[in-house]
Amino acid sequence: MAQVTLRKVVKMYDEVQAVRGIDLDITDKEFIVLVGPSGCGKSTTLRMIAGLEEISGGDIAIGGDVVNDVPPKDRDIAMVFQNYALYPHMNVYENMSFGLKLKRTPKEEIDKRVKQAAQILDITELLDRKPKQLSGGQRQRVAMGRAIVRDPKVFLFDEPLSNLDAKLRVQMRTEIKKVHQKVRTTTVYVTHDQVEAMTLADRVVVMNAGLIEQVGSPNDLYHSPTTKFVAGFIGSPAMNFIPCQLEQAAGVLRVRLSDTLSFPVPADRTARYTPQVGKANLILGLRPEHITETRPHVEPNQHDFENPIDVVEPMGMETLVYFTIAGSEVCGRVNPNAGATAEKPMKLRADLSNMHLIDDSTGKVL
Amino acid sequence: MADIAARGAVTATGSSRSSLHKLMQRKSTIAFLMALPLIVLILTLVAYPAGYAVYLAMLNKGMTRFVGFGNFDFLFGRETFWMVVYQSCLFAITAVIFKAIIGFVVAHFVHNIPSKGQRKWRGMLLVPWVIPPAMSTLAWLWLFDPSYSAFNWILAGFGIDRIPWTGETGWARFSVILVNVWIGAPFFMIMYLAALKSVPEQLYEAASIDGATWWQRIWYVTLPMMRNIIAITALFSLIVTFANFDIVRVLTKGDPLNTTHVFATWAFRVGIESGDIPLGASVSLFMVPILAVAATFILRDITKRGSEV
Repeated sequence: MAQVTLRKVVKMYDEVQAVRGIDLDITDKEFIVLVGPSGCGKSTTLRMIAGLEEISGGDIAIGGDVVNDVPPKDRDIAMVFQNYALYPHMNVYENMSFGLKLKRTPKEEIDKRVKQAAQILDITELLDRKPKQLSGGQRQRVAMGRAIVRDPKVFLFDEPLSNLDAKLRVQMRTEIKKVHQKVRTTTVYVTHDQVEAMTLADRVVVMNAGLIEQVGSPNDLYHSPTTKFVAGFIGSPAMNFIPCQLEQAAGVLRVRLSDTLSFPVPADRTARYTPQVGKANLILGLRPEHITETRPHVEPNQHDFENPIDVVEPMGMETLVYFTIAGSEVCGRVNPNAGATAEKPMKLRADLSNMHLIDDSTGKVL
Repeated sequence: MADIAARGAVTATGSSRSSLHKLMQRKSTIAFLMALPLIVLILTLVAYPAGYAVYLAMLNKGMTRFVGFGNFDFLFGRETFWMVVYQSCLFAITAVIFKAIIGFVVAHFVHNIPSKGQRKWRGMLLVPWVIPPAMSTLAWLWLFDPSYSAFNWILAGFGIDRIPWTGETGWARFSVILVNVWIGAPFFMIMYLAALKSVPEQLYEAASIDGATWWQRIWYVTLPMMRNIIAITALFSLIVTFANFDIVRVLTKGDPLNTTHVFATWAFRVGIESGDIPLGASVSLFMVPILAVAATFILRDITKRGSEV
């Protein structure tokens, strides 16, 4: 039973502020993922929760107790490192039991817990091997096993899958999710991979430049980003950002992308967007899946247009098309059979019901 | 020109590949030829002197007659010889243990100094090891002087009697070991420092999260990770210390009453100063079996561990 609370947490390295006063409430048994580009402060935040970095300002509480000055060994946490950090001179069993041995847990109890964790992770037959004799994926399991046997208040994962190849990464991702479903413990997981963040998290924390940009469920972040950074960071291929202007013509609010191309704004957003009419620095955000080939059936707020295609990237289940609107590159996802050809015009359809209007001067989604 | 030469070579090799040419083409031959300079060096600088020492050790004092193991027989019967064996072992083992402990502790201190100032400290701490031992031992000789030395002057200040640093068996043995430790500890320090730097920081972090105290981190992480370096450094130092000559020679010359002699200084005394070269050679040969046993044990442990980490 442990919730983790961060209050105005700051980390300074000499003159540089790595973490600039963040607040975060992690509830008991929740799986939280901190995600962001390198240098955004996510690993530093995790290491402060672990106690491996001193806190320059603010408070961190685990299970209600402020742990600012508590050394890592007394915080009752377990951590899985990027390069596993297994003790090379100990075999798997010794690696997993080390923490319990230091706590002077009775031998039978240690044995029971190690075997149980080994069973959960399917590494029972590896128990007397040395880390050197294990593959990357197996080492990762052992590192997780070492965390599980401790039965800690909080699990901390520091980019645990970055050292694995793409296939194994997907497999271990599922594995981690399964383990969390079996061993429900508060988990903080750091990654720079937004797919990992989306697939694993109950809630995702997007960080940028030492600050939290947005906290929310994966779906929240995807469909209702509050900042341009989150809109561009979550989703692959990334959201299209096209400079635009709002204009009111004949009682209809239109978003104008170029001299020849403009779309009417969905009716339910007219009131929200009207104050922006005529303002500079506006950007239309539209995800690639909301630009498709034309289809016979037209939903409301869908509008057709024609544009020459620059590049076609067939992916198998879909085809990505790249084209240019008023100097900005735009990506669309079309059906592989839609006949997209490079350097030929193509009829496309934009679904404006999923549009985002962004004020580029503040970086906020309006 | 080059064209013609190349064509000539092609026809020559094409028509008659001599057996010598074939031999030269073989990989093993090339490997042997490349290793030849080293083989010659080892033969002239190691094998020949060693063989010559064995041969010398089997001659009589005048080097006129072959006496077989006579010299060894003679040595076994002498009390001084056994004292030299005892003192050599005491000297080498005690000195290596202290060098290792001091080197380990100092390496930890230096490792924890911020990297900016670390070079300076590393350089300064290496000074005892860099100065030629014969020279620095001379300085120690003055420090140990019974009448005018700094040590005894300081002790007198506290009202403590003068200590006969090099004049009494116990103190003299202490003094030669002290000087050896002073000269040799920096080598351990620098080796251990390199080993400490190679232990991944994350292992310590993992250990501290696992609940290890400062001491447990050293015991369960640092020491096992450094085991091979510790063993190799100890073995290397054991050999060098065991064969030490200059410190004992300058500081005590083996006195009082031969009690500080080690193999090398006693071999010198017997062989050169007393003019019995065959006996001196047989004394120095005694180092070989003792060191061989130590080396076998330590190296066996290293190969066993080497496959794990």
